Amino acid sequence: MARIQIIAIAVSLLFLGYIIRLIIKGKLREEYSIVWIVCTLVLLVFSFWRNGLETMSHLLGIKEAPNLVFTGAIFAVLIYLLHLSVVVSKLQSQNKQLAQDIALLKQKDKKQE
Amino acid sequence: MPNLIPREFLAALRFCQKDSLILGMRRIAAVVPAYNEEKAIAYVVSEINSLQLPDGYSIVPVVVNDCSRDNTGAIIDKLNCVALQLPVNLGIGGAVQTGWKYAMENGFDYALQLDGDGQHPAGEIPKLLQKMNESGCDVIIGSRFLTNTGFQSSRMRRFGIIHFKHFNKALVGVTVHDSTSGFRMLNRKAIELVSEEYPDEYPEPEAIILYSLHGLKIGEVQVEMRERQGGVSSIGTFSAVYYMLKVSLAILYTFIRIKFKK
Repeated sequence: MARIQIIAIAVSLLFLGYIIRLIIKGKLREEYSIVWIVCTLVLLVFSFWRNGLETMSHLLGIKEAPNLVFTGAIFAVLIYLLHLSVVVSKLQSQNKQLAQDIALLKQKDKKQE
Repeated sequence: MPNLIPREFLAALRFCQKDSLILGMRRIAAVVPAYNEEKAIAYVVSEINSLQLPDGYSIVPVVVNDCSRDNTGAIIDKLNCVALQLPVNLGIGGAVQTGWKYAMENGFDYALQLDGDGQHPAGEIPKLLQKMNESGCDVIIGSRFLTNTGFQSSRMRRFGIIHFKHFNKALVGVTVHDSTSGFRMLNRKAIELVSEEYPDEYPEPEAIILYSLHGLKIGEVQVEMRERQGGVSSIGTFSAVYYMLKVSLAILYTFIRIKFKK
């Protein structure tokens, strides 16, 4: 096994371990963890399967194998960012409703005193 | 004792309550959004409270403190008004909507928006009310540009206003001469809409699209505005271009969203 392969596998495993730790500590919600676990598994697969990248590139008709890595990674990041924007928009609208309800309730509370 | 009271009477009673006939009063909520307005807010509230309205109408100032960093919150607690204190800063749209929700929950017949910086003289409210009653419109906008009297705003702002006038007309066929004016009166039907759905940032031009796409009738009446008594506009000169772009986009989105929902 080549040195780079061992490093790649070790880093992937460390990353996976860190994600699992975050989930156990309750700092990462399950629905967001799925994306990260899948990413790490993909990394692991390609660490073991050295010719995998070449084979996949060939199948997809990409001449230079590293281009597949960049295209795939950038695409995944973009999709995930979009997902996060949706989450933030939803949170913002919920936050607004909560703040408004708090203001109305506080006023009602004061009136009764 | 529901059995002792005839059903018809109950129905009539409910109908009366709905129109506030039982109190003999039509109630108006004057929603004043305030962000760092400690200098002007007391004057604005006292102006509303001392307003002479036609018989059968009463007005209540509803001040929404949008988490001001100055003393506004403490000041409005002591004033003769309904004080709504937002725990976080929501921006003008979210603050005004809090007032709409208050009007909705407490059964007000009308709600109007009046800026916290003293730009909108409370003395002009009867004009809005009169127009509301005469025209049968659901929303009345106090406009500076029907006959061009009083404070006229900066050149950049006026350019933006003309842009929105044509933009709104192209989309929904309604001409509003002063689409950035926040001085507006809504009837119950409109309050029901805006307490559910109201734009966040720079809400005025966008709200016009919202009203007309939901089948509300919009009217305009000439009012005179003053220069602000204190505080800073929510729109700086630098961000005027950003404002126009952002609001144009927002108007377009609202238009598409509501059109597709139908």
